Amino acid sequence: MVLFMAERVLMKGNEALAEAAIRAGCRNFFGYPITPQTELAAYMAKRMPKIGGTYLQAESELAAINMVLGAASAGVRAMTSSSSPGVSLKTEGISYMAGSDLPALIINVQRGGPGLGGIQPSQSDYWQATRAPGHGDLHILVFAPSSVQEMVDLVSKAYDLADNYRMPAMILADGMLGQMMEPVVLSEESDKPLPKKEWAACGHNNERKHNIINSLYLTATELERLVKERFERYAIIEEKEPMFENYCTEDAEYIVVAYGATSRIAKAAVKEARKDGIKVGLIRPITLWPFPKKAMAAAAENAKAFLCVEMSMGQMIDDVKLAINCKCPVNFFGHTGGVIPTPVEVLEEIKKMAKA
Amino acid sequence: MKDMNAILAGFGGQGILFMGKVIAYAGLFDNREVSWLPSYGPEMRGGTANCSVCISDEPICSPLVNNPNALIVMNLPSFDKFIDKVVPGGIVIIDSTLIDKKVERDDITAYYVPATALAEENGLKGLANIILMGKMMAVTNFCTKETMQKTLEKIIPPKKQHLIPKNMNAVEIGINA
Repeated sequence: MVLFMAERVLMKGNEALAEAAIRAGCRNFFGYPITPQTELAAYMAKRMPKIGGTYLQAESELAAINMVLGAASAGVRAMTSSSSPGVSLKTEGISYMAGSDLPALIINVQRGGPGLGGIQPSQSDYWQATRAPGHGDLHILVFAPSSVQEMVDLVSKAYDLADNYRMPAMILADGMLGQMMEPVVLSEESDKPLPKKEWAACGHNNERKHNIINSLYLTATELERLVKERFERYAIIEEKEPMFENYCTEDAEYIVVAYGATSRIAKAAVKEARKDGIKVGLIRPITLWPFPKKAMAAAAENAKAFLCVEMSMGQMIDDVKLAINCKCPVNFFGHTGGVIPTPVEVLEEIKKMAKA
Repeated sequence: MKDMNAILAGFGGQGILFMGKVIAYAGLFDNREVSWLPSYGPEMRGGTANCSVCISDEPICSPLVNNPNALIVMNLPSFDKFIDKVVPGGIVIIDSTLIDKKVERDDITAYYVPATALAEENGLKGLANIILMGKMMAVTNFCTKETMQKTLEKIIPPKKQHLIPKNMNAVEIGINA
């Protein structure tokens, strides 16, 4: 191991995601440009050729995700990135990868929707990421960073878990995180080789039986067996892997739930409300799937009400209600794509909730 | 100014985003928390550019500045758009070569710097942005001259290092403007 004093540098979220992926061992990037994630692909285009990696701008999102599927089948760490409308196009490939038990990293730097929507920051793909990232019975790991540093940290985490559980992982960011610059410390790429993937279809040299990567199972019972097996894995993940941050929740009577860029704004509001003597705390889910259910349920023990703050029409509310078994009311405050909630607005909502 | 929440605004090509980066880097080199967020929306495509820059000793909550305590404007549309958003007690620095209007509020402090003309007169064409930033340094103390020198050395690419004295000259003119 080389000892390395990591330097604090300023980076755009999109570029930091790309550099973090490279340092996590990704050498295969396939993408198609779309605002507000294009800097990520541009960064890969510059860096990959210099380090012997592959950057390929595909003819479409569909082509890009299928190239990721191919690369992942060969056992390498592959990646694609896009923004909301582009991710919709990738969902077919994501489903195929889930059905083939393939690990890969998909980045969604969300913009407003539906349709072409807008190009401003949004969180309106929560349902897509957590409910139906593709057709069929499936989940993918979904990580929601709230700073450029966390974008970096979660990339390697996402790759490790994706490899470990053999499934696609997604970083669900948004236009604000993608476009902003913040100080970040990057760790050096590990010189330890990544764990070997015995299942990969990368040539067997007549030394072992060939591996097959496939998502088509025409025998119904065989398909069911595989899906059930996959869901046993999902159950382990739901038990072991939820990530979250608690802020001022110990004595909280009111709980704000927010993730990603919005959680920073919510935190500012919680801080202000505390100054006014309101016993309010924040739970920030870091994984959206698996959702931090236990953290929510624990906070609900003493809470009078919850408040979800999102840049959507309230897509996370259901998950919160399920997690706390509707033990107390779950309120909502949010804006849609591009209209970013302000700390003042959220503070008003907290005050309203505390008065009710 | 302990925490600076700044908006910098003008036309594309005036170096608005670069000026924001310089300020953010200066905060970084002083080991403070910083954020820089450009506008990338439709207004950007219409030719105007603005960015939010925050410098603080605490983690920055929202990188998007709605109500700045420091504002630099380099064109009239930006003046009109942001002047009422400045928090009471805040400051605004105006390129008075490009903007005739005067600030009508009396709860903020306005500094009129003919930056574009000063740049022209001093052979510093294109550095009006840095002159205005120099004024901001003088007014808000967001960083020292030493930090600024170090910042420029770090962020100006090797091939353009000869431009550092010119930039520092522009900073100096801004400080004294």
